[in-house]
This record gives sequence, structure tokens and C-alpha cells, in this order.
Amino acid sequence: MASSTIASPVSRPGNEGLLARLRGADQVSYLVTLACAAAIFVVVALIVQELWTNSQPAIKAFGWSFLWTSRWDPNGGHFGALPFIYGTCVTSALALLIAVPLGVASAIFLAEMAPPKLSNLLTFLIELLAAVPSVIYGLLGIFVLLPLIRSYVVPPLKGALGFTPLFEGNFYGVSFLSAGLVLAVMIVPFIVSVSREVLLAVPAEQREAALALGATKWETTWDIVLPNARSGIFGSIFLALARALGETMAVTMVIGNTPTLKASLLSPGYSIAAVIANEFAEASGDLYVSSLILAGLVLFGLTIAINALARILILATSQRVATP
Amino acid sequence: METSVSTLLRSFGALALAFPLTAQVGLTGAGATFPAPIYQKWFAAYQSVGNVQINYQPIGSGGGIKAITEGTVDFGASDAALTDAQLAAYKTKNGHDVFLFPTVLGAAVPTYNVPGVTGQLNFTPQALAGIFLGTIKKWNDPEIAKANPKVSLPDKDVLVIHRAEGSGTTYCWTDYLSKVSPEWKSKVGTNASVEWPTGVGAKGNDGVAGLLKQQEGSIGYVELIYAVKNQLPYGKVKNKSGEFVKAELKSVTAAAAAMKDMPADFRVSIVDGSGPGVYPISTFTWLLVPAHYSDSAKGQAMKGFLKWAISKGQDQVESLEYAKLPKTVVAQEEKQIAKIQ
Repeated sequence: MASSTIASPVSRPGNEGLLARLRGADQVSYLVTLACAAAIFVVVALIVQELWTNSQPAIKAFGWSFLWTSRWDPNGGHFGALPFIYGTCVTSALALLIAVPLGVASAIFLAEMAPPKLSNLLTFLIELLAAVPSVIYGLLGIFVLLPLIRSYVVPPLKGALGFTPLFEGNFYGVSFLSAGLVLAVMIVPFIVSVSREVLLAVPAEQREAALALGATKWETTWDIVLPNARSGIFGSIFLALARALGETMAVTMVIGNTPTLKASLLSPGYSIAAVIANEFAEASGDLYVSSLILAGLVLFGLTIAINALARILILATSQRVATP
Repeated sequence: METSVSTLLRSFGALALAFPLTAQVGLTGAGATFPAPIYQKWFAAYQSVGNVQINYQPIGSGGGIKAITEGTVDFGASDAALTDAQLAAYKTKNGHDVFLFPTVLGAAVPTYNVPGVTGQLNFTPQALAGIFLGTIKKWNDPEIAKANPKVSLPDKDVLVIHRAEGSGTTYCWTDYLSKVSPEWKSKVGTNASVEWPTGVGAKGNDGVAGLLKQQEGSIGYVELIYAVKNQLPYGKVKNKSGEFVKAELKSVTAAAAAMKDMPADFRVSIVDGSGPGVYPISTFTWLLVPAHYSDSAKGQAMKGFLKWAISKGQDQVESLEYAKLPKTVVAQEEKQIAKIQ
């Protein structure tokens, strides 16, 4: 462990107890910060342990089939999480699809191209968005976004792409599309603020060197600054994805709370966080409650799996980039 | 000459004598959200009458049943009567029975948003069952049209809006549909949370109403009190005698009074009632009270409150749009209150 490098005036070899080794601030700070990090890990481990033990009745009853059964019948005692897993993935994917280009482009504008005063003002406003509670976003979704989508977004979409399975069927306001759009609005501030910080942190020498070699402003940004800031931007996307996967209130208000597996984005759906939030308070009976907890464990696992997959992807693609 | 200490002691003594010597008893309860407004009003009023402080958490009927079974609260509240299994579970856990006491009545009403229809619609039980099963898909379906000969119904799709979360209102609604439709009973059943054959879910009465207002051609069910307070248009429902009745305090109380026999344990469903002016989608809501209290002060306090609630307390319910208990039920409840130890 920690090699004892304290200059102890009375250091007798073999007689250095813990107290002796603690006389230096280095050792103390090491132990304290280690304890803090360990505490977080312990809390997460406790959560997983609780989820595991409390979902045992459901695991015993359904086993792995919980993940691919699509029937959710509280009255009859049949529980399958596939519609919720599907809904969580679809809404998060849609949210990322919209938020990542929007967010990264905004960050580039704020970091590289905007005059400093404008940049500071807009950054302040966007960071305020991150502080808005998710229930407010849900209300915004119901009363502002849904009518807008119904009147201005869906008719042209249906007109142009109504024949595809993605946009077929009636639109009732609440849908995967609405939930994805609300989630996109919620996660954009995370992507923008972190990406902007990371872009600003790219050393000025890099930019100056590129410009000196004759690159245009855009070429500098795209070819030099962005690759430099890559890992930070991906970090912000992970943060945003984590928020999207776990978002509860805003999603349940606009997704329609119907467990279906329809391919159409205009169809109402459900997500894991939404079903737990809706049904847990009134759930009675061991199988019902433990099925909901098992769904929570599945969400936990899903988040870890998607994060791991994404990191592997990034690692694989970054190997190809020549590192100096 | 008196020392300051003895003066202090004398004044404390005087103060202590000035206050009543009996300590205030505290009770905690949890459960249904539907009767929470009237319960809060009762608890505030009863504090001065019975010197009892009662704290109530409206966490939902399921939460109330769980809490009283675990023994974490002194009483529970539920919109759905306990099933045999739940009663047995309580007895196994606690060693004695739990009593159910009906306190007030409520109702669920069908509310709708149909373009071109401003007046009141009449719904037959078959129409409601068909709509919620998904077999009736358009508003101008003959089943709906024949009950509304004077109204021109549009050729628009019906969108069903149900509650996303588990709720006593859903229990009441599905109980009614199970009674009037064998297909509903076998396919879906009665529960606070069910597998809906069709439609979308919204959270809370306000979620249902909010979505309903935006979406033309939709139909949903909300609590009567909510519909009245928010001036939502709701339809008449045909009761078992063939009369189309509008839900209001009179018709809900009539549904309770028309009940043939109240079972001894008060676990009864009063949906699909028959009789003049009886609204068929009404329900009791119950307080869940242990038959035995280990703390006798709490037991006495609970008995006192129950006696007050079913008698004097009933005078306050109609101002909050809840329906009163019929007198026969009150008399029967007083006998059961005496059994609490």
C-alpha cells in the first residue's frame, strides 16, 4: 500500500503504527478521499443488492423471459418488460438523434464563432435550462409541444413519409415522437454546456498553428479543435444519454403510457421509468411489486450496457486516429 | 425572602396546572387520495372535539393497504375493499382482524370531447363496455347513436383515455364494466391497475382531463368531484332499471341506499345498481382500522373519531361534493365500532 515516506523524527523500523503513518497530511488526504470514493461505490453496490433481493419473486417466476415477454397484466399476474425496454430505447435514441447535432453545433457556435458577450449570455441561458425541473418540461410538453407537433410537425411528416412504418397510424398527441422531442429539449443543455467547456479548453496553440498553416476557420474547427475535444464531447453525450434513459416525469406525461411494440413513432408507448413511477405506489402483491423492481434492475443494466457499448465503440474508432 | 429559584418553580407549577393534564393522542394514517380532502377537513375539525391529532398521508389505496398490514400506521384508507387474500395476509401478519368502515361515497363519470356535441350524451352499459374494449371504434356507432337519437354524432375515431397509474377510480370503473360485460370480466377484470385493451394512459384526473381537452373524439373517466369542480361535460349512464341517470350527490347516495344487504364486514360493491335515480358507477371508500390496538389510548381515540365521522362528520361532506352514508349503514357501523378493542 502506501509506502511510508514520512520524515518521522522517531522512526523505528517495525514500530511504525497507523498513527505514525498518519502524521503526514498526504496520508490523511489519501485515506479521506479514498473513503469518499469508496462510499459512492458502496452506495451503488447497496442499490444493486437491494434491487436484486427485492426482485427475487419475479426472477423466480419469469427468469430471462421477463426481457422478451411483452404482456403486462397486473390483474392476471403476467409481467414482461419488452414494451418498456423498447420504449426507453426508442425515445432515448430519438432524443439523442435530435439533441447531439443541435447541441454540438450550438457548442461550436458558442465556443468558436460567437462574440464573447453573446456567447456568455447564451451560455447562461442554456445552463438555466438544465436547472428546470422535469415536471415543468412535462407540462411544457403537454400544453405547448403537443399542439405544435400536432399542427405543424405531424401533417407534413405524414404527408411525406406516411407510407413508411415509422409514421403510420393515427396521431393522438401522446407518442414516442413527442416523448423523444421533449427529452431532446431536456438533454441539449447538458451537451451544450459541457461541449462548450471542452472546446474552449483546446489549447490556443493548436488553433494558431492550424491558422498559420493556411487553414480556414471552419477547417480549424472541424479538423483540429473538434478531434481534440472528442473525448469531452462524448462524455457530455453519455451524460445526456443517462439523463434520457432515466427521465421519468416528463416522459410519462407525453408518451401515452400504453405498453406497445409498434414501430410507428406516432404511436403511444411506455418506458421503464414511467411504468415504475406510475404503478409502484398502488402496486400490491409480491409478484407485482417485485416485477416493477426487476424492471428497475433491467433499466440499471440497460444503462450500463449502453454506456459500455458506446465506450467500446469510441475506443475502437479512436485507435484508428494516429496519436502523436 | 423567596429565592429566585423557588419563584421560578412556583410559576412553572402554576403554569402546569393551567394546562389540561391529559396528553394529546396522535394517530397516523395513510391511503386513498380520493377522500383525502374530506379526511383532512375532518381531522382538523376533530382535533378540538376529541383532543386527537391525526396525520394523514394520501399515498394511494395500495400504499394504505400495505402500510396498515405492515403496522407502520394506525389506520389505513382504501377506495377498494380488501380481498379475502389481503384480509388473510393482514391476519397472518398481525394476529387479529382488520375492520373496514365506509366513510363517504364517490362516483366515476364518463367525460368526453366530441366535435359538434355540446349537450349531454347518454351511455348504455354496452356502449361503455364496447368503447373501452375497443370493439366500438367510431362515435356514430349504432350502440351510442341509439341512446342519443337527437344528437348527430360525427364519424370520428374514439380515443379511450384511461388512468396510467393505479387508482381507486379505475377500480370503480373496471368493477362496473366487469359487472355489465362478461367479455370485460374475462378479458380484463377488476383492479386498480389493469391491462387496458385500448387507449392511452394519463396521470391523475388532471392528466386525463388535460389530454381530453386537446384530443377531439376522446372519452375518459374521472371522479365526479373533479368533473364538477372543473366543469367538465359528462354523460348520463343507464342503470340496471333502464333509467339514464346523471351522477350527482343525490343519485350517488341513492345507489348506496338501494343496496339490498350490507354485509357484516362492509365489503360491498354498489356498481350497476337498480332503482329510481340510482347512479350505477358509485362506490364506497373505506377506513381500514385494526380490530385491536395495543395502545389503548389510540384505540379509544380511533373509536371516538369513527363515531364522530359517521354522524357529525357527515354534515360536512356534501359541501366538498362527497355523498353521505345512508342511515342504515351508519347504524350498522356503530355496532362494529364497539368491537374495536
